[in-house]
Amino acid sequence: MAEPMETVSNIEGKATGNRPVAASLTNAFVKFGAFTAIENLSLNIEQGSFYTILGPSGCGKSTLLRLISDLVPCASGELKVLGKTTEEARLAREFAFVFQDAALLPWRSAIQNVELPLEMGRKRGVKIPVSDKTPAELLELVGLKGREKSLPHELSGGMRQRVAIARALVCKPKLLLMDEPFGALDEMTRDHLNLQLLQIWQETGVTILFVTHSIPEAVFLGQKVLMLQANPGRLREVVDIDLPYPREIKLRDTQDFIKYTSYLRELLETC
Amino acid sequence: MTATTTNIDAQILEEERRAVRRRKIEAVALPLGTLIVLLLTWQFGVRLFGVPSYIAPAPSEVAIEFVTKFSLLMENFWPTFYEAVLGFIAGNLAAVLLAIAFVHSRTVERAFFPIAVFINTIPILAIAPILVLIFGAGLTAKVVIAGLICFFPTLVNMVRGLQSVSEQSLELARILSASKAEIFWKIRLPSSLPFLFSALKIAATTCVIGAIVAEWVGADAGLGALIIDSTFNFRSALLYATVFMSSGLSVFLFATVSIAERLIIRW
Repeated sequence: MAEPMETVSNIEGKATGNRPVAASLTNAFVKFGAFTAIENLSLNIEQGSFYTILGPSGCGKSTLLRLISDLVPCASGELKVLGKTTEEARLAREFAFVFQDAALLPWRSAIQNVELPLEMGRKRGVKIPVSDKTPAELLELVGLKGREKSLPHELSGGMRQRVAIARALVCKPKLLLMDEPFGALDEMTRDHLNLQLLQIWQETGVTILFVTHSIPEAVFLGQKVLMLQANPGRLREVVDIDLPYPREIKLRDTQDFIKYTSYLRELLETC
Repeated sequence: MTATTTNIDAQILEEERRAVRRRKIEAVALPLGTLIVLLLTWQFGVRLFGVPSYIAPAPSEVAIEFVTKFSLLMENFWPTFYEAVLGFIAGNLAAVLLAIAFVHSRTVERAFFPIAVFINTIPILAIAPILVLIFGAGLTAKVVIAGLICFFPTLVNMVRGLQSVSEQSLELARILSASKAEIFWKIRLPSSLPFLFSALKIAATTCVIGAIVAEWVGADAGLGALIIDSTFNFRSALLYATVFMSSGLSVFLFATVSIAERLIIRW
């Protein structure tokens, strides 16, 4: 292959270099009873980068995001998020999560859903970070100006997911964890949201970890694709996507793009 | 050509509009017409077969009784109304609080749920005399009986409602480091409201049944007492009028809850 493919050991060595680290895992294990969901995972997530995560089902893609966001405990090994433990990072609102279904509260309007993170956590010792953008401005950023008062059931699936993204950004996180956020949307909406997400990423400089099932989506969005393998969940390979930003939809028809997708497809079959 | 098409389109549209209007009228007219026919059959049936008034009064007699005895009916309406409403509040409040306890503690649920099921299996008519013995012939026994009949459906619905929160909403709350109280007030309780209202609609009609049954066991005022009194005195027209009054009370409470539901639950 002509592309600069890197092995696990390479990326580990490289990430300790110049760029600051958003999250680092060293020999991390996640176990659910006797089942090992993630085995011996070592990885550095560089700050400001866009990572997409691919892998067969059961490879621990979602578990990896849940590990970083302090939803599942680390059985052994070490894990730091922006130099803190996951709990400290959670209390500092260093990261935010976007779920597969938007997980909006149906009785709250779009803007009230965006405001939710500002209303929760004080009792547990969260100092809620002040964002430079108001909830209304964030809704404008995701293209929902004028729909502030709409209830979730009055919005389309794509719009709901955009509200969820605005909600994730309201505390100005440094790390955005996205678990197949566009998986349930039709292709047109998905393309549109992909472009919008890239724009948000470039505007805010947030680090993104994006789980997806779609190989084209992974290549289109990511600077690096983390390929995980199943049974047990391990990191198979980190693939650098050497395609320039800003990216446009027609990029998908180029030879370079197709080279990456076919390489990843072959790789996925062996995972 | 285009003119004809537009003409045809307009015709189709007009016909559709007429069909909708016809369906709307039918939805009201059909049950209303059936009711009128039934009332007329009843009216002429009792006349034709010479059924004595104390066995089955004609609708006209019931209507006259309803108007002439209206103050007596209202005198007995209010006690039943208070008993039913107080029972509704007490029974549902107890059910909601117990449901909250169940959701927060599996131990409480395991301890109390079988007992709640057992109490629910006792027919209200069987348990009413026991409660009157315990609480006396006053207001308390009636409120307890009316409350008891509301209790179980609300308990079951409310538990389901409080548990109806999606896994992702709870994960979101955890990522936001929400406290238990924040999760309860901002997520669990609002999620449970649609379930609560479907239970309250059941309770709105059953609490009236509870109050009337309680009055049968021992009361000198109230619609239940009036039903017993008019039955034993063969005042059938008054009995029928009282029954309509009782059903009116149920309809009123049901409508109140339905309106509250529509105002509160907009999602």
